[in-house]
Order: sequence, then C-alpha cells, then structure tokens
Amino acid sequence: MEQIKQTKPSHLAKTPTGITGLDEITNGGLPKGRPTLICGSAGCGKTLMSMEFIVRGATEFDEPGVFMAFEEKADELSVNTLSLGFDLDRLVQEKKIRVDYVHIDRSEIEETGEYDLDGLFIRLSYAIDSIGAKRVVLDTIENLFSGLTNESIIRAELRRLFQWLKDKGVTAIITGERGKDTLTRQGLEEYVSDCVILLEHRVKHQISTRMLRIVKYRGSLHGTNEYPFLIDSDGISVLPVTSLSQGHEASSERVSTGVKSLDDMLDGKGFYRGSSILISGTAGTGKTSIATTFAAGACERGEKCIYFSFEESESQILRNTKSIGLDLEKHIQSGLLEICASRPTLYGLEMHLVDIHKRIKAFKPDTVIVDPITNLITIGSINEVKSMLIRLISFLQDQQVTVMFTALALNNIVQEQTDETISSLVDAWLLVRDIESNGERNRGMYIMKSRGMKHSNQVREFVITDNGLELVDVYLGPNGILTGSAREEQVLQEHAGEVLKGYQMSAKDKEVLRKRNILEAKIANLKAEFESVEEELNRVYTEERIKKDATESNRREITSRRGGLSGTVDPEENNMEE
Amino acid sequence: MLKETGNILNRPDNEEFVLRLFITGASPNSARAISNIRKICELHLKNRYSLEIIDVYQQPERALVEQLVALPLLIKKAPGPERRLLGDLSDEKKVLKGLGIVI
Repeated sequence: MEQIKQTKPSHLAKTPTGITGLDEITNGGLPKGRPTLICGSAGCGKTLMSMEFIVRGATEFDEPGVFMAFEEKADELSVNTLSLGFDLDRLVQEKKIRVDYVHIDRSEIEETGEYDLDGLFIRLSYAIDSIGAKRVVLDTIENLFSGLTNESIIRAELRRLFQWLKDKGVTAIITGERGKDTLTRQGLEEYVSDCVILLEHRVKHQISTRMLRIVKYRGSLHGTNEYPFLIDSDGISVLPVTSLSQGHEASSERVSTGVKSLDDMLDGKGFYRGSSILISGTAGTGKTSIATTFAAGACERGEKCIYFSFEESESQILRNTKSIGLDLEKHIQSGLLEICASRPTLYGLEMHLVDIHKRIKAFKPDTVIVDPITNLITIGSINEVKSMLIRLISFLQDQQVTVMFTALALNNIVQEQTDETISSLVDAWLLVRDIESNGERNRGMYIMKSRGMKHSNQVREFVITDNGLELVDVYLGPNGILTGSAREEQVLQEHAGEVLKGYQMSAKDKEVLRKRNILEAKIANLKAEFESVEEELNRVYTEERIKKDATESNRREITSRRGGLSGTVDPEENNMEE
Repeated sequence: MLKETGNILNRPDNEEFVLRLFITGASPNSARAISNIRKICELHLKNRYSLEIIDVYQQPERALVEQLVALPLLIKKAPGPERRLLGDLSDEKKVLKGLGIVI
C-alpha cells in the first residue's frame, strides 16, 4: 500500500546508522523517513542494535531520537547500554534522547469495548516533538499483542502507526521477535515493507556467531550475504567482508624477510610489500621463528606490525624469541609491535575475522602475522577457514599490508597438506621441512613459489642460532643431500683430504728432485769418464807426435850429418809439419 | 437515593468512587465512553462518585505519567485497588465487575 506513492525517480535518501559496517552493507544506511524492521530470536542483539542507532544518531549525526521500550524499563536500559560505553542518562539529560517505557499488563486491564491506540500515538508524538526527534525505535512493539486481547484492533492500529511514522518523516526501527515460519511472531513484516534486517545467533561446535542479513531493502542496492557481527565494548561491528573485485594496486616495493640469506634466495630483496606469504612445515621446524624474525625486521625498519598468535601467549613469544637473539619487548614498548594472543576457540571464525579487522583498523600496521592458521581448523571446516582467509587477504591487500601466515603441516607429503587449500591464494610460499638422516633431524627450507620474482630453487639448510636465523647451503655429495653434522663431517673430511693430498704432493716432488740429482750425478760421472777417455786419446796422439817428431829430427840429424845438402830445405820442412 | 444504590453489597454506602476517564478529543470511541460511563454512574453510583474526564490531546504529558497506551481508558482510583477499564465501556457487565459493583 505504501509504495504506490513512491513514484518519484529521485534516489532513496538514507539515514546513516553509525554502526560500523552496517552502513557499508546497506549502501549508506536505513531508508530515511521510513520504518525498518529488525527481527531475530531472543538475545540476538535487536535492542542493542536499535539502541546504538539512536545513540549514534544523537552523538554523531545530531539527530535526536526517541526510544520507546515495551520490554525494559528506562533505568534497566541505561544500565544495559552503559556496558557498551553509551551514557544514556547524560544524553537524556541533554535532551538528545528520550526513553519512554511503555508498560502494559493484561491483568490490570479490563477490556470493556472498542478502543484504539491513540494513547501510544500521543505519547510518541509528544516525545518526538519535545526533542525534535528524527529517529524512533519501538522495541518490541509486539508486546502489545500480549498486553491487549483484541488482535484485529491492534493490527489496524499498527498499520495506522507505521503510516503515521512515515508521515512524521522519522526514520524508525521496529524490532520483532522471530516467529516459527515467519520473520516475526505477529507478522509485522506485513506492515513494514521497506527494509527488513534479520539477526541470528548461531551456535556451531559450541561456538556462537552472530549473523546479520538484509532480507529486503526496497529501492536500494544492498549486500545480500549473511554478515557476522560482534558486540563488544564499542558497540556493534558488522563485517563487510569479501570485496568482490580484485582491484588492489600491486606494489613493486620490496620488504626484507629479516634474514639476509633468505633475502638472497628471493632475488636478494625479499618479499613484495602488500603480498601474502605462507610458511608451512611440520612441527618444530621453526615457522614461528621465521615469523617473529620477519616481525622484528619490520619493526627495525620503523614499521608497525601486529602479531596474531593462536598458539602461544605474549610472554611465551617474548621469552622464546629472546633465545634466538630477538628483542621484541622494546618494539612493543615503542608501540611498533602488538601481539594479540587468543585461543581459536574463544569465538567463531567470523568473529576472529571481525576481531582481526577491528584491530588492524585501529592499529594500522604495515605487516600482519597470523600464527598459525591451521589452529583455526578446530573451529571450522577447511572450506570455512579458506573463505575466511580469502577475505582476510583481500582486506589486507586493499590496505597494502604484508601478511605472513604460518601453517602446521601434519605430514611431509605436500599434496596432502591442509595448507594446500590456501596455497593458491598466497603470493609466496616457503616450505620448512625436516630432513632426517643419520639419527638426527635437520631443517631444510625451500621456496615453493614466489610470484613475480626470480627465486632460488635450492634447498637450504635452515639453522637457528643464538643470534637469529641463518640459511646454509646444503652439501650435495655423491650420497645425496647432507645436512647437520653429516654436512659438517663432510666438510671436515674434505679438509683432511686436502692436507693429505698436499703432503703427498710434496713427497712426489722430492722424489723427482732426488731422481734429478741422481741423473745429474750420473751425467757428471759419464762426462768424467768421457773426459778421461778423451784425455787418454789425446795423450796417445801427443806421444805419437812427440815420437814422430823425435824420429823426424833424428832422421834429419842423421841426414845432415851425412851430407849437409838438405840444410836449406830443413826449415821449410819444419814449417809444413807444424 | 439509598434505594438506587441499595444493591451494592459489602461496601459502606458512603464510599465515594473516584474515576478518571482519559479520552482523545471527539473520537467516536471517546464520545461513546463518556455517555456510557455517565449512564452507569447515574444508574449505580448516583451522588457517590466524582468523574474527571481528561482529553489526552490537551495534556499529552499525562499519557506518560499514567502509562496510557490504548484509549479510551477509565481508571478507578478509589475505592480499593486501582483498576483500569479499557474501551468505550459499552459492555456494562464488565464495567460493573471492573468497578466492583455487584448488582
């Protein structure tokens, strides 16, 4: 009946609720000047949500509001809302809010004929006019049905009331108890047809989650999913999850892993800023050590970091990191690091997500660490965890926050790991694993993937020292990969071999030298022999010549003595011979 | 006078009824309620009652004080405990019972 009037083409005006997240889902708030129905079963947060709508209106949007309570008395309400940080009494005194408690008791009333609800109209009108209210809450108007018997009168009057509220131009919230097959017990949705919000409180695996869904919203786009919401000391936060598009900007800036040798494996520069990193491995392989080192590295650069721990308490983390030479305490004191330790079973997955969102929005970190995500499986199926992480990653990437997850792998076979389910979501995946041989376990690390950068394909041995983490090249010998003491032994062996070889070499050299000496001695000997032979030969020649000379001279002497004829010839003969 | 009220049992005859009727302007229900209560009072409580008729439109703050929701409403302040009678008072039997008048 109402919508026939609404033929004007202008956009639907909206009234922001001020409730975190709700305005995003409803694309700006509740329909302005129209009633909205909030329904749900007992204890799902109807009263609180409507009260927050009134309080936020009065404090943030300068729109005074009237809260008409059919269930709780005014003083009860102010006590109940004080726990959420709303000072109702002060706002009432400042004439920003008016609380009117409507009391109907069937036992006190005798119905004697025809009546109408003019009293309610007058009260409401008086309350609205006295503070110039723009917002009205009727909580829970269905109580009228239990206080009065004539249902047909109430129905007719309610119809009139909602029309009257529209004419008044106030934005109203009507709350209603969930019925069996209907949204509300008395079918209020029949009268309030512009916007209906359904709240639910679900318990699954002993863990409760509050859910909100917009059943209908005439004339407006709205999120249709179920959204988890949280009630805490700041009121209600609804989580507008899953941004549908992947429109985030990809940064080409790099951030160090905090371990120099690991940076070297990643093209020498580390991860991309705003990327998501998964570290998986079996128990005790040092996942948390890598994560804390990364966190400490970020803090050293002066960046802010939140560490969500689902396993260890804050003091446990501080103590344990001290043993590897990291001082996280000083970063906490300087306000760069926040450690949020909570049990996964504290609340449901969605609530964890809401909590993480809230803390990230408040702290505005550059780096987020979730350690470990596998513990979340205790409170949800793998698929649920996956969908939660998709939403978390998309939220973080929108804000250019680098996120590091650790995941506990239950076995060494990569294909069967639970973290496999999210490996396609992350940008970089480091695997730390046990290498067991020779009666000892050592840690090996390799990079399964790292999108958009050159990265090492080597298995490195991952050593945790007193001064932090280090990666060492593993020894690839004839007997396969050697790590730990086997690697060290191999190195020692190689060293010993070299010494020995050096020794052997020098022995051989000496032998050659000796041989050479012998050879040279022999050569000298032969030479001496040859010389003596030669000398002998010379001596024979000389003797022969001397003998010959002597014979010649003798012959000449004899000749001259015989005749002296050959006296002129003599010198000539001598010269020729010489 | 005594003859007319002689039917009231268990009550001292001089007890005065203090009645308040809340109405909303000149609505049909209000008009009916006024004529009905006048009739009943004249018939059963002649000279023993005081009836105050309040138009809530004129005094809206009384709606809060008196916890008014549905109207018209007749409140019996005295004698005895307070009773509230809702409606146009056309059901005479119920009205008498509600006021504690036994015929």
